[in-house]
Amino acid sequence: MRWLRYLNQWRGTAKEALEQVSIVAKFLCLIHVTDRYIISSTHVQGPSMLPTLNLTGDVILAEHLSHRFGKIGLGDIVLVRSPTDPTRMVTKRILGLEGHRLSFSADPLVGDGSVSVVVPKGHVWIQGDNLYASTDSRNFGPVPYSLIEGKALLRVWPPRFFGSLR
Amino acid sequence: MGIQTLIWQVTKKAFTGGIIGLTISDRFCSVVPVRGDSMFPTFNPQRDSYLDDYVLVDKFCLKDYKFARGDVVVFSSPTHYRERYIKRIVGMPGEWISSTEDVIRVPEGHCWVEGDNKASSLDSRTFGPIPLGLIGGRVTRVVWPPQRLSKIGG
Repeated sequence: MRWLRYLNQWRGTAKEALEQVSIVAKFLCLIHVTDRYIISSTHVQGPSMLPTLNLTGDVILAEHLSHRFGKIGLGDIVLVRSPTDPTRMVTKRILGLEGHRLSFSADPLVGDGSVSVVVPKGHVWIQGDNLYASTDSRNFGPVPYSLIEGKALLRVWPPRFFGSLR
Repeated sequence: MGIQTLIWQVTKKAFTGGIIGLTISDRFCSVVPVRGDSMFPTFNPQRDSYLDDYVLVDKFCLKDYKFARGDVVVFSSPTHYRERYIKRIVGMPGEWISSTEDVIRVPEGHCWVEGDNKASSLDSRTFGPIPLGLIGGRVTRVVWPPQRLSKIGG
């Protein structure tokens, strides 16, 4: 008879444990949805967006709603999944939407040799602000719009550079 | 007062269910219908459209983007960002694909996709190699209709 009592105790604890686990699971799901669909923070580093973003790394808040409604415009800083390495995200500025004609210098160090392209349908042209140290659409061509995963909102770290990005 | 709390309870449950469903569909697997006959006879082998195949799309492969030639994948269209297609990968980065006139090398980070039904398929032969980042999952099984339950190998 004693083991029946133990079983009942165990059942009570198990139910409580299950409740706690389900609360944690729901919370994790909420974090995933917020991070993927609403707003997230990203650590960006590298010289390709100097002087807008620092070399040694900034933390920026990016929102994931605009690109789903097609509200990405010229001059926006966006988070894009790299077309050369799908496990990496890159941060660049949109300098051309579909149908735009762009001309850029094939090698900014040399100076001449200007190339003119038209951005095809469904694609965007991304470039880093630092033309001399950026691998972007001048190297891998226009990228499909679907590769855009977020738009930068504001920079939150380092604190002295807190604020919106221009 | 009672109906208000009832509505609130129902809304809370629906919201929680929606969030959990969205997370599972993003990270584990989801079920999508196959439209059109570009993947005949692998999917939709009958021409009646009310018997469209539903397939299970696995999302674990998106962690490292590890794909292989022969995988059937769901990807966003490079020309219409709201549309999604289901095609088979026939070329991985670095491989050579022979098209009508010449031989094309699949660039780094891209893949060449083609439908199994070459006669009626809008694929890489039209829009070129697609970045692997456009892929949204790999098709592993057919789950509907029940008589077509099967594993998609390769």
